[in-house]
Amino acid sequence: MNAIHARDKAVSGEEWAVEASGLVKTFGSNRAVDGVSLNVRAGSIYGVLGPNGAGKTTTIRMLATLLKPDAGSARIFGYDVTRESQIVRQLIGVTGQYASVDESLSATENLIIFSRLLGLGRVESRRKAAELLEEFGLTEAAKRPLKNFSGGMRRRLDLAASLIAQPPLIFLDEPTTGLDPRTRAQMWETIRRLVKTGSTVLLTTQYLDEADQLADRIAVIDRGTVVAEGTVDELKASVGTSSLHLSVQDQPAIGEARRIVERVLQATSSVTSEAGKITAPMANADRVTDLLVALRESGIRLSEISVQKPTLDEVFLTITGHGAQENAAPNTQASHRKEEVML
Amino acid sequence: MKSTTAFYPGARLKNRTSFGQSVRHSLTMAYRGLLKIRRTPEQLFDVTLQPIIFTLMFTYIFGGAISGDVLSYLPVIIPGILVQTVITTSIVTGVQLREDMDKGVFDRFKSLPIARIAPLAGALLADTIRYTIATVLTFGMGYIMGYRPDGGLGHVAIAALLVIFSSWAISWIFAFFGVIARTASSVQGISMIVLFPLTFLSNAFVPTKTMPNWLQWFADINPISHLVTAVRDLANSGSVGWDLGISLIGAAVVVAIFAPITVRAYMRRT
Repeated sequence: MNAIHARDKAVSGEEWAVEASGLVKTFGSNRAVDGVSLNVRAGSIYGVLGPNGAGKTTTIRMLATLLKPDAGSARIFGYDVTRESQIVRQLIGVTGQYASVDESLSATENLIIFSRLLGLGRVESRRKAAELLEEFGLTEAAKRPLKNFSGGMRRRLDLAASLIAQPPLIFLDEPTTGLDPRTRAQMWETIRRLVKTGSTVLLTTQYLDEADQLADRIAVIDRGTVVAEGTVDELKASVGTSSLHLSVQDQPAIGEARRIVERVLQATSSVTSEAGKITAPMANADRVTDLLVALRESGIRLSEISVQKPTLDEVFLTITGHGAQENAAPNTQASHRKEEVML
Repeated sequence: MKSTTAFYPGARLKNRTSFGQSVRHSLTMAYRGLLKIRRTPEQLFDVTLQPIIFTLMFTYIFGGAISGDVLSYLPVIIPGILVQTVITTSIVTGVQLREDMDKGVFDRFKSLPIARIAPLAGALLADTIRYTIATVLTFGMGYIMGYRPDGGLGHVAIAALLVIFSSWAISWIFAFFGVIARTASSVQGISMIVLFPLTFLSNAFVPTKTMPNWLQWFADINPISHLVTAVRDLANSGSVGWDLGISLIGAAVVVAIFAPITVRAYMRRT
């Protein structure tokens, strides 16, 4: 097994930025991370996708030497995160879910202090800070205290701080959660640029479209374990490219409509309670014609019909058989439960 | 890939931080502490008001009763109040460290390849500015009230340095509380319980002669008493005695014990 692995590596000639196997972290009785294994190729963007509380942040904190794993091991460019943590710290940049910058100082002061800590000289630090502020469009706000910064500005400063040493591996924990669409697009652009300069990026996200936009490979994580792993295309193929949303005019007919949907599309559907909307994966668009005909024949009148790209919830429905927001609920038959649409 | 390859040619990466680097990192963290003080000068209220109020209050309340008149009490009370005030100020170090550690920026410090001791040592170092302010104000108040130390300015300066150094050493104890405690207010609580008896059960305000035997015994071995005596010797007669030695050794012992366990506790939390 080991020999095969080694040969594999030699043949492909590629380097692993992250090799994690069987990571476990327990907080009290809660197994936040329960045996996560990940392999990230150098020079790629790797997305870790999952709902709140799935163990994404805990996993990143272990890989970034901020938390000691209870079991399992992880290597960053071949260096062990627990035994060679000080080397690992020289190879990584971490941007946390909550901006890890100094609130009481200005943006410039923050960057200068981090630069100085990373061994840059006084003049060099000042130049680097100015350069990064310029790059991230923060020059105007450079001297203001961070208290008056918006969420997006804070994130940008946080990312800028992670890039001072140009680390070969960058961890981004939910880099765009809570950002407006424009800032979000800017963030994506920055992340893409990073990879072009040779960095490896490991990011976590709750949004499939973000992973879709950025990641080369994705791991779907749920209740502390990796439930699916592959390229974006592979993952999407497993969910169906899009999902179909139907609303019926007569609420009582919803059950009947749902049976027809499931029969014709041959897929598991779900119903949102408040809107009375049926959602089903649409693997083959052609079948929708059959479905609409079947509904007409049964005398079910529709009030609305729409097609949506896959959302995290549907990925979850397909892969785990339960909804993304129902982590705490016992796992019952998916088709008999109400699902909340998350996005 | 070109820009990254320079970062991991195995030989250059070391898993240890050298002593020189640790000192540099600590000084940078101290610079951060000074910037913070400059940004929020209101956190200096305690070190400016306490010396002024306490010096006035204690001198006029106790002066006549203990030394006959206020003027002859000054050489006794000023060194005493100096030690008491400055050391009490060092509690704030632990409290602020606790507050600081709860902020996101400490996550970044932990993920940087810097000496683990630097965020702590830097914070403690920056706080010596607080002790300096309190020291200068206490001596200044004394001077205004008529205190003319016979030791001369040089010896007063040495006494001031001794007090600042000792407070820095003692602040490691409160830094330890700061690291292990869950909230900032509990740090304040524990620290007061430790410090209040230590500063008052000493010769800082009154001569120990009138105390009952058991208390006299404690007041005489109390390190605070030795520090107060050392300061009195330096400021009032310019003499250097055994008390100075005890104070310095005591301060060194405190640092030798509390600096490592504080850093270890800090790392365990990560």
